[in-house]
Amino acid sequence: MFSAYIDMIRIRFLMMLAYRVNYYSGIIIYAINIGAYYFLWKAIYGTNETLGEFTVLQMTTYVAVSWMARAFYFNNLDREIANEIKDGSVAVQLTKPYPYLIFKMMQGLGEGLFRLLLFSIPGMVIVTLIFQIELPTQFDVWLIFMVMIFFSFLINSQINLLTGMFAFFVENNEGLMRFKRIAVDLFSGLIIPISFFPGWAQKVLEWLPFQAITYLPASVFTGRVVGNAIYNAFIVQVFWFVFLSVPIYVIWKMARRRLVVQGG
Amino acid sequence: MYYASIFTDYFKTYLKTRMTYRADFLIEVVTDLLFQLTNLFFILVVFLHTNSLGGWSIYEMLFIYGYFMIPYGVFTCFLNLWGFNERYIVKGEMDRILTRPAHNLVQLVLENMDPASLFGSLTGFIIMGYAWLHLDVSFVWYDPFVLILMVIGSVLIYGGVYILITSLSFFSDSPTGITPMIWNIQNYGRYPVDIYNKVIKFTLTWLLPFAFVGVYPASFFLDKDIPQGFALLTPVVGIVFFSIGFMVWNIGVNRYKGAGS
Repeated sequence: MFSAYIDMIRIRFLMMLAYRVNYYSGIIIYAINIGAYYFLWKAIYGTNETLGEFTVLQMTTYVAVSWMARAFYFNNLDREIANEIKDGSVAVQLTKPYPYLIFKMMQGLGEGLFRLLLFSIPGMVIVTLIFQIELPTQFDVWLIFMVMIFFSFLINSQINLLTGMFAFFVENNEGLMRFKRIAVDLFSGLIIPISFFPGWAQKVLEWLPFQAITYLPASVFTGRVVGNAIYNAFIVQVFWFVFLSVPIYVIWKMARRRLVVQGG
Repeated sequence: MYYASIFTDYFKTYLKTRMTYRADFLIEVVTDLLFQLTNLFFILVVFLHTNSLGGWSIYEMLFIYGYFMIPYGVFTCFLNLWGFNERYIVKGEMDRILTRPAHNLVQLVLENMDPASLFGSLTGFIIMGYAWLHLDVSFVWYDPFVLILMVIGSVLIYGGVYILITSLSFFSDSPTGITPMIWNIQNYGRYPVDIYNKVIKFTLTWLLPFAFVGVYPASFFLDKDIPQGFALLTPVVGIVFFSIGFMVWNIGVNRYKGAGS
């Protein structure tokens, strides 16, 4: 069983390798975004030393590392699942001897690993050379950060599974998928770190899973969260991973029972 | 006259198709707007912590932002050819377009028009008006006319750049991924270009002139240190880029040999 999962990851990895054009343009898009936000934040800081609990150096590092982390955790599982539900091919998938949702997660992981190895890591090296950013010096910070972005991947993918599975219940979940995309980029702290939000918004976001995707791991990486607080941040991620598994399981059970494949 | 009558007919068909799925239509309009408003949110949150972004105040930033939304909405309504390669080249639909009596580009525009995106323009206009009320800038009788001229210029820039990029589909049949890239770049035209380094500033001014769909034309009304004469280049740049785009498009269509089998 385990080797089957490894193969799913491997095949998606190779598939990504085959569609290299998207890979090149992806690199340029991320480079543009990091570059533009870098200058934008520099201008926002102006002569200020710290804003929203961030120093300039922490902010530029935050921008770089959160975009690079996004390259790893980002995937389109929601759209893939919704399409397979709409065109009915999900019915074929259900006959396969492995759990469909885990299969999708593995595909997402293959995609993520591809971008991590060929994109985030070389990208981070280049960004470090061009821009003023500060990398953590302690080895264990790197280690916990790696574990944390793996959980970012899990939580983001879980949200994608939930959004995608919605297609079982409505005929068009396009709006929901778009809304999810906005919510993840905005509420995860990718566009603006959560400590910049007004107090009431911070309180609300603390109770949502999005901060676990970008804000928490990037805060550890930039050294804003140190010592035992690192473990607290990690526990929040684990909590959301476990907590989100429940609705996925329930909805999946419900959906299988009411699956109607049109035509075919 | 001829085009006006086809336009009306296509518009009626559009309304009929969209009104069949009202809920979908509404959701799409709302999420589109939300997507654009995330950037408004960015500006608002940032200005909770500072009073100036590279020398520009919050109301000036809002003004640029509002302006940015107007041509963008008009462009998405009429000239948006997103997914052209997949829908028209790969599926062979372009052959059908070429047999129609209307000019192929007009035919494409008619088939793809999306008047719902004009809600974005309206929202932008309201934001711009709101910012104006808080700014201490003079109002001159010719401002509304200049605004129309600027918006037309900006729309032509969008149109020119995207028609140029889309026509690459005629030269290479594999997807290039350039369109999403350009789509990303255009968003940076609504921030004051002086904050970027020289390379980015030059690119946004002359190569992919997205500063002319946001900060430059908007600054005409704001009495900033960007000279008004420079802002008035917007329609000129628009005409130049649209002409280039249209020329390359026509060359591409002439090279087009049709879908296989």
